[in-house]
Amino acid sequence: MSNQSLSSWFKSGTPWVWLNAGAVSISLVMVIGLLGLIAVRGLSHFWPADIVVLNYNEPGVETVQLLGEIIDKETVSALRLKSAGVILPEGQSSGQRFLLKIGNRDYFGLDFRWINGQWMGEESRPEKVVAVERREWGHFYGYLGAVKEAGAIVAKDDAAWDELQIRLARANSLVDQIKMIEKKDVGEINHGIESLRLEARQLALDGIKKGSLQHQEMAQSRRGWDEQYKVLQTQLEALYIALSRDQMLMTMSDGREVEIPLSKVVHAYRPNAMSTLEKLAFYFHEVWKFVSGDPREANTEGGIFPAIFGTVMMVMIMAVLVTPFGVVAAVYLKEYATQGPLTRLIRIAVNNLAGVPSIVYGVFGLGFFVYFLGGNIDELFFQASLPAPTFGTPGLLWASLTLAILTVPVVIVATEEGLSRIPRNIREGSLALGATKAETLWRTVLPMAAPAMMTGLILAVARAAGEVAPLMMVGVVKLAPALAVDTMAPYLHLDRQFMHLGFHIYDVGFQSPNVEAARPLVYATALLLVIIIIVLNITAISIRNRLRENSKASEN
Amino acid sequence: MEATNSKYTTPARGIDIESLHRGPKLDMATETTCLEVNNFNLFYGNKQALFDINMKIAKNRVTAFIGPSGCGKSTLLRCFNRMNDLIDSVQLDGQMLLDGEDLNKPSVNVADLRRQVGMVFQKPNPFPKSIYENVAYGLRLQGVSDRSTLDKVIEKSLKGAALWDEVKDRLHDLAMGLSGGQQQRLVIARAIAIEPEVLLLDEPASALDPLSTLKIEELIYELKDKYTIVIVTHNMQQAARVSDYTAFMYMGELIEFGATDELFTNPAKKQTEDYITGRYG
Repeated sequence: MSNQSLSSWFKSGTPWVWLNAGAVSISLVMVIGLLGLIAVRGLSHFWPADIVVLNYNEPGVETVQLLGEIIDKETVSALRLKSAGVILPEGQSSGQRFLLKIGNRDYFGLDFRWINGQWMGEESRPEKVVAVERREWGHFYGYLGAVKEAGAIVAKDDAAWDELQIRLARANSLVDQIKMIEKKDVGEINHGIESLRLEARQLALDGIKKGSLQHQEMAQSRRGWDEQYKVLQTQLEALYIALSRDQMLMTMSDGREVEIPLSKVVHAYRPNAMSTLEKLAFYFHEVWKFVSGDPREANTEGGIFPAIFGTVMMVMIMAVLVTPFGVVAAVYLKEYATQGPLTRLIRIAVNNLAGVPSIVYGVFGLGFFVYFLGGNIDELFFQASLPAPTFGTPGLLWASLTLAILTVPVVIVATEEGLSRIPRNIREGSLALGATKAETLWRTVLPMAAPAMMTGLILAVARAAGEVAPLMMVGVVKLAPALAVDTMAPYLHLDRQFMHLGFHIYDVGFQSPNVEAARPLVYATALLLVIIIIVLNITAISIRNRLRENSKASEN
Repeated sequence: MEATNSKYTTPARGIDIESLHRGPKLDMATETTCLEVNNFNLFYGNKQALFDINMKIAKNRVTAFIGPSGCGKSTLLRCFNRMNDLIDSVQLDGQMLLDGEDLNKPSVNVADLRRQVGMVFQKPNPFPKSIYENVAYGLRLQGVSDRSTLDKVIEKSLKGAALWDEVKDRLHDLAMGLSGGQQQRLVIARAIAIEPEVLLLDEPASALDPLSTLKIEELIYELKDKYTIVIVTHNMQQAARVSDYTAFMYMGELIEFGATDELFTNPAKKQTEDYITGRYG
């Protein structure tokens, strides 16, 4: 009886439905779980957590006062605690450990510390505790004592906080000015002097003697640059002197007094005194700084804008390169090549190309694009700057080209599929009106296959944006001195090295000296990379859908 | 009762030939020849599909090809504008003349030939463009881009295809939004926009409902003043209704060719009679 009902249950197909539904839900749970984990870990980093003050009574050691943010909490079994020298009271099978961010790395030696819950005294959250984000050495936690101007105290105790904010705003605007001058104006001068140097070398290569008209002109413009530089130099000196005027006097948790120059402070805040709304505003401000700022301190602090910019730039240049190339190849394979064993072989080869490990493409890119192509370009067009390479070194163009080679099979396969879906009677209709094959392709077939090409491009973009391994060989660096786009001609510098989110994750996560500080940034950067890929894909998908609407009805 | 008094012996399937008879009896000898087929053979690889076809197609007349499926009538039709060039395995033997010129000569430009010999297919195949652009397609291929010229030709062609009144307010809508019958007339309009000499219709109404079929047939009747029309059809009544001449083909051979009235009422061959009376096919 039950046997029969079981077999009829199998026959009804219900188990397969359950199997499929189960597989789908497991995949969904995994994807959502992954994104959720990255999002929670990455986004919580920017929240201004309360700073706790507590007495830590480690047996055999003097009781110390600790000050910091509780970052993490974990439950540890009694056995493990015992081996670490912690004896729990009778009957307790596990204890808790906390990760405390105590900051002040330059004074304490480390800025994260695990503490045992058992030895923690009562904790409090005094409103006066100040967190300081510094340009170097990470965060500082302590109490504000006074604000000084050129060594003399100008405000003390309660009045000091407001005075500090005013003076900090001034210091920050000075820092911005200095940055502006150093990056833009001095950069332009350097650019000018460098091109003069190249010109001089070119003249020497052309065999033009010193003292000629060109040399005189060059000497004159060099004097012009030098003068401009001197003016900037004095400006900068004045700014630096103005910047070094103010200091703040801080008291650390162990009672030591420390003087911090305001030039080294990004901002100071009192998280315990903030309302939820203020914290929220602070939070979004921090997120924005992360997305739009430049990295500091070996990438463990500051923002990741150059990496976002580099990733998007590289993917877009790749898309521009791969689409025409892949489409042309697919059109030839599908429409013009005689279908035979050779075309079949080529098609198999193209399909297999998609399965080659990406690092192999990296090696190829380095050998062929960078050394061979780039080296030859340098010899032909940039002789003056040799032996310093211009294109014969890893850079944005070569990285994009390498990824284009990597993703071209995807575009070819998708386009071929699209071409073979165009009904024969549409082609015949066009030919019957006196169109040649090329005209038919150009006016009817290719527009109808455009959605399929976009599908190929979407897949290519998704793959390219996530690739890291080949990029390490052909252009990605830990810290790029300049973006690939700027205000100096030719505006788009394809020869420059760039930063990339994927590589940034690797670099921050595994190459950083300060693991605990870097970890949340790894999550945040990963989240951003995922978001960028999603945005790129959604853009491409919406373009495809618009294209599809035009040719929708033709498919029935 | 009346039918038995008819001039003709009416064959089966209820074709009322008398009502179709439209004027003086036609005779191939008095016609101007438009297309001429001489000892024409066609092979798909090793398989022969057309056997020694000889016929003349008269200018400004409607010639119908009838016959059972697979008899080669569409294949023959597609030879008139060299559509078979697209199939690699096809080999031809014999002569095919358009206005006395061999259209398979190497010097013939296929695109030019197809401009002279337009074709409409079984399934409506408008391009995924607007109605306007569909009709303009052939003209744009010839480099016509002047808006007022295009407007004029498109109106004329759509009127010629009896579609103008139905679409004049939505010329820039997608052609896919039209009904099947309208789409087929649009395709005809597209074909006549470039003013071909010959119009080949490959079962133009087989995918359409009876009302649309009727419209297409009326259109064919009107178009023959200006064009030489060759139509392939499965529908015997349709052949009898619209054509002046009929060719009956069977197994790749031309069995009988003659004036439609003659062929339907007084077939010379037994096979033809069997087919049109519905005994096989």
